[in-house]
Amino acid sequence: MSASHGRPKKGSLPPGGTAHSAKGAQTSATFLLDGQPVPFDEGQTILEAARAAGHYIPHLCWHPDFPPHGSCKLCIVKVAGRHVSSCAMPAKDGWEVESNTPEMNGERRALLQMLFVEGNHFCPSCEKSGNCQLQALAYDLEMTTPRFNHFFPDRPVDATHPDVLLDFNRCIFCELCVRASRDQDGKGVFALTNRGIHKHLVVNAESGCLGDTDFSKDDAAAHICPVGVILEKRVGFAVPIGQRKYDARPIRVVAMEEDKP
Amino acid sequence: MVTDAVVTDADLALESILDRYGRWPTHLLQMLIAAQELDGWLPPARITRLATALGLPRARVEGVAGFYSFLYLRPVGRYRVLFSDNIIERMQGSQALMAALAARLWVEPGKVSEDGLVSVDTTSCIGMGDQGPAALVNGQPLTRLTRERVEAIGDLIRCGVPVADWPEEFFRVDDGVCRRDGLLGLAMAPGAALTAALARGREGWLAELEASRLRGRGGAGFTTAVKWLACRDAPDPHKVVVCNADEGEPGTFKDRVLLASRADLVFEGMTLAAWATGAREGFLYLRGEYRYLLPHLEAVLAGRRAAGLLGADIAGQAGFDFDIEIHLGAGAYVCGEESALLESLEGKRGTPRIRPPFPVTHGYLGRPTVVNNVETLAKTCLVALQGGAAFARTGTAQSTGTKLLSISGDCPRPGVYEFPFGVTLRQVLEACGAERTQAVQVGGASGVTLAPYEFDRRIAFEDVPTAGAFMIFDDQRDMFEVARNFVHFFAHESCGFCTPCRVGTALLKGYMDKLADGHGAYRDLAEIEWLDRLLKNASHCGLGSSAPNPVIDTLVKFRPAYERRLGRADFEPAFDLDGALARARQMTGRDDAGAHLSNAPEAQP
Repeated sequence: MSASHGRPKKGSLPPGGTAHSAKGAQTSATFLLDGQPVPFDEGQTILEAARAAGHYIPHLCWHPDFPPHGSCKLCIVKVAGRHVSSCAMPAKDGWEVESNTPEMNGERRALLQMLFVEGNHFCPSCEKSGNCQLQALAYDLEMTTPRFNHFFPDRPVDATHPDVLLDFNRCIFCELCVRASRDQDGKGVFALTNRGIHKHLVVNAESGCLGDTDFSKDDAAAHICPVGVILEKRVGFAVPIGQRKYDARPIRVVAMEEDKP
Repeated sequence: MVTDAVVTDADLALESILDRYGRWPTHLLQMLIAAQELDGWLPPARITRLATALGLPRARVEGVAGFYSFLYLRPVGRYRVLFSDNIIERMQGSQALMAALAARLWVEPGKVSEDGLVSVDTTSCIGMGDQGPAALVNGQPLTRLTRERVEAIGDLIRCGVPVADWPEEFFRVDDGVCRRDGLLGLAMAPGAALTAALARGREGWLAELEASRLRGRGGAGFTTAVKWLACRDAPDPHKVVVCNADEGEPGTFKDRVLLASRADLVFEGMTLAAWATGAREGFLYLRGEYRYLLPHLEAVLAGRRAAGLLGADIAGQAGFDFDIEIHLGAGAYVCGEESALLESLEGKRGTPRIRPPFPVTHGYLGRPTVVNNVETLAKTCLVALQGGAAFARTGTAQSTGTKLLSISGDCPRPGVYEFPFGVTLRQVLEACGAERTQAVQVGGASGVTLAPYEFDRRIAFEDVPTAGAFMIFDDQRDMFEVARNFVHFFAHESCGFCTPCRVGTALLKGYMDKLADGHGAYRDLAEIEWLDRLLKNASHCGLGSSAPNPVIDTLVKFRPAYERRLGRADFEPAFDLDGALARARQMTGRDDAGAHLSNAPEAQP
C-alpha cells in the first residue's frame, strides 16, 4: 500500500512548469518553512513537501509508505497561530510555517518526555539503542531529563514466538506495526485495545500470545517498529553500540538520506 | 482450538445476534453490546467466535471491545452498580453513598465481590444531574439516591431480586422542565413540519433554514444550513444524516428530555435534513447511558413508519425515501466528537479522524454526512413550521432562537430551562433560585468557569457559547476540587490516540492529585500551566484541547483555592516517601507513630 498522496522526488527548487499531477493547473505554489520557500503540489502535506525540498521535520508515527496517522504529534508545526500536524495538513500557497523554532522544539521535547515517562525506556540495556528513533530524536532535540514523573507501567513481555520477542515496555503507539501487518502483510496481527493511558497493543490470538498468531519474522510488520518493541531473537547486539544508525549522525541527517532515491 | 467445541445455547444466541445485524462489520459495536447480554461480560471465546463469523482479525474485535467503558473483557458482578461521578453528584454526597453500598455488600469499589454477585464502581456523568445522586444498575438509571434507598438496594442485591422487579420509584426519571419557550412549548402533530417543508420544495425549505440562521446546539455553533448545503453539494450521491445523541458532557441532560418526551421532533428534524440533502440513510447515535430510552425511541420510529413519515415515498412524496436506525454507544465521551462518532457508527474504536476531509464530504463510510445535535434537529421543526424569519426574531444577532440549558448544582430548582439566546447568567441564576453563587461552569467540563464579576455576560455564540450545561457552585464549594474532578474525567475519557492528550491528561491528573494530597509547590503550578498550554496547542481533537479549560479558568479566577494547598517550598518531590511505606505498614499491621517517616527516630550513626 502506498501513500495516498504522491511523493514527488524533487531535488531542489523546481524551475517553473515541471511535471505535475494530472490536475495540472498549479505551477508555482509555495509556502515558507521557517522563512525558506518550499514548493508543493496540490494535495501534498506540509511534511511531504518539506522533505521533498530537503527540510527535515521530526516525526515518529509518520512513514513514507503509509497515509498520515497524526498521533505522535512530533511533526507539529505552527501555521497562522495554529498548531497542526504537518504530516496530515495539506500545504497551502503562501502559508508561513514555523517548525525549527524554540517554541515548536520545546513542545516536541515535552512530547518526547511524555513518551519516555509513560513507558519503561532503559536505553543503555535496550537492543535498539542507537537504532531507535525515539532515542535519536531525544538526543537531537536535546532532551536532557524526563521532566515528568515516570508512570512505571506493568507491561509484561511476550516471548512466545520462536523468532520474535515483543517488549511492550517501549511501545509509543505509532501503530506502524498495526498498519504494516494489516495493509502490507494482509494479516492483522496487531491491534490496539483499551483507551487513554491504558491503551496497549494486543496480538491476534485468543491466548494473547504472539506465538499463537501467524506472525513471521519476514513480515513487513516485523521490521517497522521505530523503537524496540519488535525484536528478532538471537541477533541481539550484532552491531556494537557506538556504530549504529544514529550513533554517528543525528536523525535529522540520517532520515533525509534514507528516503532519497 | 474451538473447532470441536460443543455448540451451546450461548453460541446459538450469538448466531441469532449475528443474523439480526446482518453480519455487517459496521455493526460490530452493536453486536458486542448484544453479545454481552448473554453472560454480562465478553468471554475470550465469544470474541473469537464473533471475529471468525465476521471475517475480522480477532485483535481488531478485542480492540473495539476494549475501547468502551461498558464492555467488559473480564467478569463483572451479576449486579453492576455504577455511581455517576460528576462533581454535581459528588456535591450531592455520591461518594458516601457508594462507600455505604460497598460496605453493605462487602465489596471493594472497582472490584467484583468474591461470589461474583456484585460490582460497585463509578462512571462518568450519566445525565441525571438534576435528580441525583444517580447510578446505573445493569444499565438502568437509579435516581434520587439516599442513604435509605442505597440500603434497600443493597438488600435487593443480596437477596438476588432481579432488577426488573425492583420498585419502579427507584427508576423514576423526570423531565424536570422548568421553563418553556418556542421549542418546549410546541405541541406539534407528527408530520406537520415535514408537510410544511415539502410544500416549500427542497430549495424553498433550504432557503427558510438559511433565513433562520440556525446554528448547531452541540456547542461549536456551525451554521446548520451551510452544513446541509455542503453535504447536498458533495459529489457522492449517497448522503447520510446522523443525530448525535451522545450527550456525554458532564452536567448536560437536555437531550435526554427531548428524546424522552419530544422524540418526534428529533426524528422529524432528521427527516427534514434528509429532504434537504437527499439522504436515504439516517442514524441516531444514542449514548449507552440512555439505553433505557431505546424501547421508547424504537416505538416512536415504528409509529412514524406506520404513519408514512419514514420509509418509502415519505408523506406521499414520490422518491423521498429515508429511514432511521438507532445505534448504541457504550460509555465513551469522545464519541460525542463527530468524527469519533462516525468511527463508532462504523463499528470501530471511537478515535477522532484527521480533518480535513470533513464529514460533510467524507463521513460515514466515506459518504457525505450531516452530523447534528439532538436539539439542533428538533429546532429545524420550528423553522419549518414558523419560517426562518420568524425563528430568527428570537435571540441575538449571531445566535438566533432559544437554547435549552441543563441546570444543576447549588440551586433550589434544577432542571431544563429554555431561554432565548442573549439571556444573562444573572437572569438564569435568578430563574432557578440560586443564591450566594461563587461560580458557574457553563458548557460542561470542557466549557468555561465564570466568576460573579462575569454574571452579566450572555449565553450566546458571540459571548458565552454552550452546549447547554450550567452547573452552579455556591460560596461553600471548593473550586479546586471542581477542576480536579473534571481533570479526572478527561483523563478517564481520553481515547489515547495522540501523545499530548493520552499522557498530558494523566500527568495533569497527577499534578492535581499531588496538590490535593498536600504535596504541592509553586513549581507545580508552573508545570500545570505549561501542560495546559501544550494540551491546548498540540491535541488531535477537542477533547484534549479543552481538557485543561477548567484548570486554566480556576487558576486565574480562583487561584487562592490552589495556593492554600501549596507548601512553603518552591519544589516538593511528587514521590511521597512516607506514602511509599503504606504497603509495609499494611503488611506489618502497624500504623503507630513510629511507622511513619516523619516520626521515625533519628537514624543512629
